Amino acid sequence: MDWINAILQGVLVGGLFALFAAGLSLIFGVMRLVNLAHGDLIVLGAFLALAVVTGLGLHPLLSLLIVAPVMFALGYGLQRAILNRTLGKDLLPPLVVTFGLSIIIQNALLEVFSADTQRLQAGPMETASLQMGAISIGAFPLLTFIVAVAVIGGMELFMRRTALGRVFRATSDKAEIVPLMGVNPKQVFAIAMGVSLVICAIAGVLLGVRTNFSPGAGPARLLFAFEAVIIGGLGSLWGTLAGGVILGVSQAIGAKINPGFQILAGHIVFLAVLVVRPQGLFPRTRDK
Amino acid sequence: MTKTIYRLDRRGFLKAGAAAGATAAFGSAPAYAQQRAIKIGYVSPQTGALAGMAEADDFTLQTVMNQIGDGLSIDGRTYPVEILVRDSQSNPNRASEVANELILADEVDLMVVASTPENVNPVADACEINEVPCLSTMAPWQAYYFTRGGTPDRGFDWTYHYFWGSEDLIAVFQNMWSQIDTNKQVGLLFPNDADGNALADAEAGFPPALSAAGYSMTDPGRYQNLSDDYTAFISAFRRDGCEIVTGAPLPPDFTTFWTQAKQQGFNPKIVSIAKATLYPVNVETIGPTAHNLSSEVWWTPTHPFTSSLTGQSGQELAAAYTEATGRQWTQPIGFIHSLFEVAADIMTRAGGPGDYEATRDAMAATNIETLVGPVSWGNGPVKNVTKTPLVGGQWRQTDGGEFPFELVVVSNETAPEVPLGGEMEALA
Repeated sequence: MDWINAILQGVLVGGLFALFAAGLSLIFGVMRLVNLAHGDLIVLGAFLALAVVTGLGLHPLLSLLIVAPVMFALGYGLQRAILNRTLGKDLLPPLVVTFGLSIIIQNALLEVFSADTQRLQAGPMETASLQMGAISIGAFPLLTFIVAVAVIGGMELFMRRTALGRVFRATSDKAEIVPLMGVNPKQVFAIAMGVSLVICAIAGVLLGVRTNFSPGAGPARLLFAFEAVIIGGLGSLWGTLAGGVILGVSQAIGAKINPGFQILAGHIVFLAVLVVRPQGLFPRTRDK
Repeated sequence: MTKTIYRLDRRGFLKAGAAAGATAAFGSAPAYAQQRAIKIGYVSPQTGALAGMAEADDFTLQTVMNQIGDGLSIDGRTYPVEILVRDSQSNPNRASEVANELILADEVDLMVVASTPENVNPVADACEINEVPCLSTMAPWQAYYFTRGGTPDRGFDWTYHYFWGSEDLIAVFQNMWSQIDTNKQVGLLFPNDADGNALADAEAGFPPALSAAGYSMTDPGRYQNLSDDYTAFISAFRRDGCEIVTGAPLPPDFTTFWTQAKQQGFNPKIVSIAKATLYPVNVETIGPTAHNLSSEVWWTPTHPFTSSLTGQSGQELAAAYTEATGRQWTQPIGFIHSLFEVAADIMTRAGGPGDYEATRDAMAATNIETLVGPVSWGNGPVKNVTKTPLVGGQWRQTDGGEFPFELVVVSNETAPEVPLGGEMEALA
């Protein structure tokens, strides 16, 4: 029973990892940009939600109604003003610029919100649980998992079924050719970054309710997001969900053997995937 | 931002400067302006993960400089005091770098440093190598002493430390637990870091002391900091029916653990946590389930000591802090204040700036009553270390008080001079 419980909790944590990773996966898929500031953008989302919650007295989940559009605008502007200028044949400039962005975000948050650890207070739902036989499942982790599935499913539908989704996929395949069809790839990139930051906002709020966050908490989240993307396969959103769950479950199994193995077990599975199947489990993106 | 020199506040400095200039111009100046300033270097983690420890820095430096900024009077002469503050950014390498800069470029007369072994040790090491006196606090003494290669028979020449040690922590936790009727089954939640490994050590940590006192332990092992899932711990604690949990997790990890424990229906009677629940802000982030969590207490405003510098009691200092900042008092306020009390005392007895050996000898001979208790290296557990009192406390939710939680001292067997604020209560 302990094992079933451990694995189940691992799956739920995997949902959180997948949510951290979904935005990263999306922009890598569309424009091959590795965003080293992704973790900090998640924390930024949490802090914006904190400002809304303290300012307006809204429930953290409702604060997304304000935070998500703000983050979309921020992502759109960021891509148009800065990141589009760094894209090109060379992978290095966007890496360096987003690394710098990461430091700027951390210090700006430190300046505005101080170094205090913060948390989004969500009331009784934080510790509520559902009893299933001998296993109790936290209501909030379950909600996180459902949101992760919904976000990734929604993104997948959007990419497959809508005109804009088709443009995203076309731009992903050949950014040089889409202008011939009347598409401005810079505009597409900016929208993709906006969507990525909306997902960051959702992940940030769920993280902020789950545990403490502080301005320096971003980079620790980035690593798991990267691993989930790589395990799942570049460019595949369902793959990212699978990657997150695999990471969560392997950590849970590792911890069951010995708590010292918890994070190591995740890294080992990640390495094993890199060795055996470097393209990831369900790769979508084909590179020349 | 990292290079701040505190000389009163800016306006006070200008006034003092103008006055000094005026008197000098009239040719009747006392020795005041000619004396070389006493330079005290202070390395503090003002940004980064440890920034909570340095929260009271600005307030404390202001208080101290208001008192001694226009000069320490030594043997009839008045020496101005400069405190050179450097931010270590919570990074041991950076701490070492700025310490070397303070020693070599600024030529400080005395180094003071506080706030965790990660911040204290690199600075103390730099001072030991460069033969500059260094005064430190706010790191358990074993982590300060043995990690830096100290042995009981051979200590250090230039670096002195005052705080408590893991033996005090273990004693305080046991004293608190003995007040509640439990099955004496203790779950250990220790991470794989310097503090966690030291406190969970099978030779010198919690396990031998608890076994000797008749407790049984459930120890699943050391976890990595910033893990996202503590189900393995919760399952093991629940399987063995642990009614007590103790550990030294980081604040976010404890929040994750405690939230998951509540979700999974694990409700121990006592949770005594070192480190993660030290500050009101950590406790507030946990929310209502933090009521009656217990922790070690190094200083409270009710400690029966007064400042040798300003004559303030703990209550008065805490009230001044709340008035100046609008924030609740925290334990580092007393200790950072005491650091400068001892520093001023040392420099006075050293007869002024400029003589490292005299300063070091004055430090070794210290015997002073500070805001956090007596500091005197004659009676420490090892050379270079002396201990300040440690007691145990519980966080209580206030009913519409000024702040949502308050820290109540519930165990003082280890330091009876500290008044009790209440009795130990079991968790809901």
